[in-house]
Amino acid sequence: MSRPRQGGVPLPLLVPAAIGTLFLVLPLLGLVIRAPWSDLGARLTEPGVGSALRLSLVTATLATAIAMVLGVPIAWVLARTDVRGRSVLRALVTVPLVLPPVVGGVALFLVLGRQGILGRLLYEWTGFTIPFTTLAVVLAETFVAMPFLVISVEGALRAADARFEDAAATLGADRWTTFRRVTLPLVSPGVAAGAVLCWARALGEFGATITFAGNFPGTTQTMPLSVYLALQSDPEAAIVLSLVLLVVSVATLLLLRERWLGRAAAA
Amino acid sequence: MRTRALLALPAAALLALTACGGSSGDAASRGTAGSSSGGDLTGTLTVFAAASLTDVFTGLGDQLEKENPQLDVRFNFAGSDALATQITQGAPADVFASANDKQMKVVTGAGLQAADPTVVAENVLEIAVPHGNPGHVTGLEDFANADLTLAVCAPSVPCGAAARAVFAAAGIDARPDTEETDVKAALNKVQLGEVDAALVYATDVRAAGDRVEGIEFPEADEAVNQYPICTLKAAPNPDAAQAFVHLVNSDAGRKALTGAGFRTPGS
Repeated sequence: MSRPRQGGVPLPLLVPAAIGTLFLVLPLLGLVIRAPWSDLGARLTEPGVGSALRLSLVTATLATAIAMVLGVPIAWVLARTDVRGRSVLRALVTVPLVLPPVVGGVALFLVLGRQGILGRLLYEWTGFTIPFTTLAVVLAETFVAMPFLVISVEGALRAADARFEDAAATLGADRWTTFRRVTLPLVSPGVAAGAVLCWARALGEFGATITFAGNFPGTTQTMPLSVYLALQSDPEAAIVLSLVLLVVSVATLLLLRERWLGRAAAA
Repeated sequence: MRTRALLALPAAALLALTACGGSSGDAASRGTAGSSSGGDLTGTLTVFAAASLTDVFTGLGDQLEKENPQLDVRFNFAGSDALATQITQGAPADVFASANDKQMKVVTGAGLQAADPTVVAENVLEIAVPHGNPGHVTGLEDFANADLTLAVCAPSVPCGAAARAVFAAAGIDARPDTEETDVKAALNKVQLGEVDAALVYATDVRAAGDRVEGIEFPEADEAVNQYPICTLKAAPNPDAAQAFVHLVNSDAGRKALTGAGFRTPGS
């Protein structure tokens, strides 16, 4: 190769990387180019846009919080213990990754719906039903997005040096204290990366949400749902809504990266 | 002149059928065969039809093939808008059956019809409730009851526009819990028993079988969806196209349509 060794990208890597980047970026560029810029302002202030965006941000954040509380322990069990059937457990908790989200929505109905295995009991005892509520949106998003966090955190745990934990143990720390004081700080970049991935997936969630939570403005109509509906009648409005979602999510991710991952990497 | 001659044919066929009376299946067969080329149609007949006609037209296609062993009937079932686009883009279709007047006008507006379209079927909204009617729904006014869990289609999709029209006609302030993105999604939630009622098309109720019960209501007449059909000027197989349209207009065709929940004009 005539390229300098240092800093140069080998051609067999450069070409596919360039093609891959174009493949990912060009469709986004298409959105930007085709956006009706002249009446963008009017479309953005249309009623419904703000509430859909707010709902999306709130539900995705709540879903990520639930996924962290439940998902990090799952990842720890997968990475640090040798309970029997661990590989089966891993396969089971990552099923939502391969399950078509619409099927996930139906599955949630079958368990948590008014006629569902657990949902029926809830309905009989309290009169409360989960479907078609904002809670249903959060649950649908958590169901679909949590596996991303589990996989990320498990990877980080496996890559982390277990000798720190051993050292903590020899100094008398029990496993909970070790987890809290040693393991968690050690893998915090991995947890942050997993949370970001989880949040992004939750923000874009469509299939499970529309199935399990339905679509009603202000309650369950998140941005992806309003984009899909706008596409049926007003493609330009759909482009605008997509751009809003895109800008907000990219901005959030960049901001978090600076503050979270940046600091963790510098430490 | 040609258009006029073609138009006269179905009328003549219908008259012949009415005169025959009695066992409609046989009469239709004779009528079809007689009006075309004596049961020896050959080649391939390509019918572009709205997805909601799938069951009825597949049955009628089988019948036409049985009567004409040399004939191969092929269907392209899809959304009417997609079909209209394909036809205007030059797809080799013999017959076009649209689920609404708007998309038929796209084709006739381009002057692609061989004869003026005729309305062969009408579809109206019906209230779908789960088996046993757990919400004790009796009529359209129940859609104003906030205590029930209710689904309608979103206003931007055809069934939602129809729903809006019937609510307006009845002076009902509907309180749905979810605005579904298409009629099948609304029906699906009835089948799962997760909503007490949904506003769908009569044909959807019929297709759903035992798990769904239908309730008719008078205001449905305010939003009648008409299905026009026509043969196409560029038809590769005009004789077979004629025969198929005759068959749909015959007693057998009407019987198949009404059996699927359609209304037929004039009945």
